[in-house]
Amino acid sequence: MSGGLSPLSFPKNARAALANPPLLKAIAHIEETLVNGRRRATEALPEFDALRDAGRDIKAHTLKHLDLYLEAFERKVLEAGGVVHWAADAADANRIILGICREVGARRVTKGKSMITEEVGLNAFLQANGITPVETDLGEYIIQLRGETPSHIIAPAVHVNKEQVAADFRRVHADLDPKRNLDEPTSLLAEARGVLRERFLSADVGITGANFLVAETGSTVIVTNEGNGDLTQILPKTHIVLASIEKVVPTLEDVATIMRLLARSATGQEMSVYTTFSTGPRRAGDPDGPEAFHVVLLDNGRSAMLGNEFEDMLRCIRCGACINHCPVYRSIGGHAYGSVYPGPMGSVLTPSLQGLDASAHLANASTLCGRCESVCPMRIPLPKMLRHWREKEFERHLTPRKARFGLAVWRFLATRPSLYGLATRLAAWGLARLAGRDGALRQVPLAGGWTRWRDLPAPEGGTFRTEWAKRGRT
Amino acid sequence: MTTPKPRVALFVTCLVDFFRPTVGFSAVKLLEDAGYDVSVPADQTCCGQPAYNSGDKAGARALAERVIGLFEGFDHVVIPSGSCAGMIKMHYPDLFSGEPGWRLRAEALAAKTHELTSFLVDVLGVAPLPATWEGTATYHDSCSGLRELGVKQQPRRLLSAVDGLAVKEMRDPEACCGFGGTFCVKYDEISNAIVERKVADVRATGADLLLAGDLGCLLNIAGKLKREGSRIEVRHVAEVLAGMASGPAIGETRK
Repeated sequence: MSGGLSPLSFPKNARAALANPPLLKAIAHIEETLVNGRRRATEALPEFDALRDAGRDIKAHTLKHLDLYLEAFERKVLEAGGVVHWAADAADANRIILGICREVGARRVTKGKSMITEEVGLNAFLQANGITPVETDLGEYIIQLRGETPSHIIAPAVHVNKEQVAADFRRVHADLDPKRNLDEPTSLLAEARGVLRERFLSADVGITGANFLVAETGSTVIVTNEGNGDLTQILPKTHIVLASIEKVVPTLEDVATIMRLLARSATGQEMSVYTTFSTGPRRAGDPDGPEAFHVVLLDNGRSAMLGNEFEDMLRCIRCGACINHCPVYRSIGGHAYGSVYPGPMGSVLTPSLQGLDASAHLANASTLCGRCESVCPMRIPLPKMLRHWREKEFERHLTPRKARFGLAVWRFLATRPSLYGLATRLAAWGLARLAGRDGALRQVPLAGGWTRWRDLPAPEGGTFRTEWAKRGRT
Repeated sequence: MTTPKPRVALFVTCLVDFFRPTVGFSAVKLLEDAGYDVSVPADQTCCGQPAYNSGDKAGARALAERVIGLFEGFDHVVIPSGSCAGMIKMHYPDLFSGEPGWRLRAEALAAKTHELTSFLVDVLGVAPLPATWEGTATYHDSCSGLRELGVKQQPRRLLSAVDGLAVKEMRDPEACCGFGGTFCVKYDEISNAIVERKVADVRATGADLLLAGDLGCLLNIAGKLKREGSRIEVRHVAEVLAGMASGPAIGETRK
């Protein structure tokens, strides 16, 4: 669930989004920032496509031996003095994290930006159990104030304008001077930093996700642009990493390879500003670091994707490039999808995580234009997998009856060329007559979805096959 | 002794057959000008892509079997659509996994199937007879042709030889127009938002002609331009290349 919306009401969600000018204005910025940024960064790196091949191969290899690398990772975490927990599903992960928090008597936890904690619904769960989670990424902090969920996996507040943020800050930071100037993004950032600094210092537990888990060292890796992740994991006495199992890669060298793809694909940066490796708790002689280091490894449907037609999706490194380049996402934003993960990657992943019945529309809400695949750093064949979900829907009779009927009629006609010829001849003639000299129709029976928004160009008159036959050609 | 001429078949596509026979005749002319005899198998209907993209694999397969049977005897199959050519070239073999006999036939057909402009440039490598068009055109890259088949420079190269024609690129010609087959009526409001952006990009070029290689995109863009009251002409690239662009443009008032 996202922003209280469900994928089942996708058309309604989309309609509301299209009627929301501030939202449309906010997501229009994706073009100049993220899309153009990626283009510039990739054009400046001649070996980018070769790196994509290498990245794909690293992930594909790891997935073939996932058990091996996860066990190796666990051994190394233990050697470094950390603890590894295995969570089969969201409830498991939440229970484990709550258990750790209770053990250390935690009342306040700080959080680095993490989609995986969104996936398991950790914030609501902790809150219901008397623990206050504080988001420390600026975007996450903003949507937490607004009571929303992320509308984008790397830019959670991309749907919000700076004027809205200023209004939210005035509402929530009521102890600050009401006359202060919040016109500039930098003043918003400074204010959030000031407020968050005190919270970092008073947190009992820090929770982060991980961009990578490194099997050879037992390290977890996060990349951020604000440094909030470092404060989240260094200052509190306990650091919990929640990561899904496919985040593991064999070596530090592999991290280095994929890192060259990640930020370029995501924001157009060569590197994110902060890249942080965490290996176990603080050792004697370390200047800082947590006293306890826990890694919670989440499955939540992923191991079931191994070996089936959706395995390639587990290569995803959550850069968001598919989302940024998706014409559907760019029209409606992320909340309309009603799923934790929006856009093409979300529409492929979500049915695997929560079932096809609860994901209706997602696989269909795509023009299959293929731009997502063309920018994916891991070369995930997203359109092909969306089509696989459509096939599963069709097999299970989840495809709407009207669409099934239409397809059956089309198949009936298209496999009977004489009848097809007659039907198309009549229809082309009829539509051409209906249009008269106009050449285009403003309204056509049964084609309301088309003519509500655009004219329907009229057929020229006779079909090609009749005209061809008239000329005595074969 | 002369080698027999290669046999070329035209797969017209259901949209061209129904909406715009001129595109089919333009394709025939381009191929005949290049020295080929062109056949149009009379029993052809649809390539099966609507079924395939709707998850109806059995339906797609039923149509694919027909297309394979009708066209496999030719040396080349040429299609004035990147979308239908992409279906046959990239997806037909997948429809027959586990059936080596059919799969071989699908792969053989895939190998000799070509999108029209790609066939003219990449396979024939001959320039079409000179055509003329006075004005400025902008070219929309349709998604399947571009991303499945790599059709990008071919139409532009051919257009560069058209007398009097200037091509002015729009912002992001590779962006989807929002047609998406059944998507445009299933999610019509989103489709509309996408085509609105495309049409704004087209208009911003100041071009008086919008060209593309796929009739689905062309109907969508022409329908939107028309609804907005624009006078920009919309045509399939083959019409201009073949010098058969004298009749009304797509959606245009008949004289």
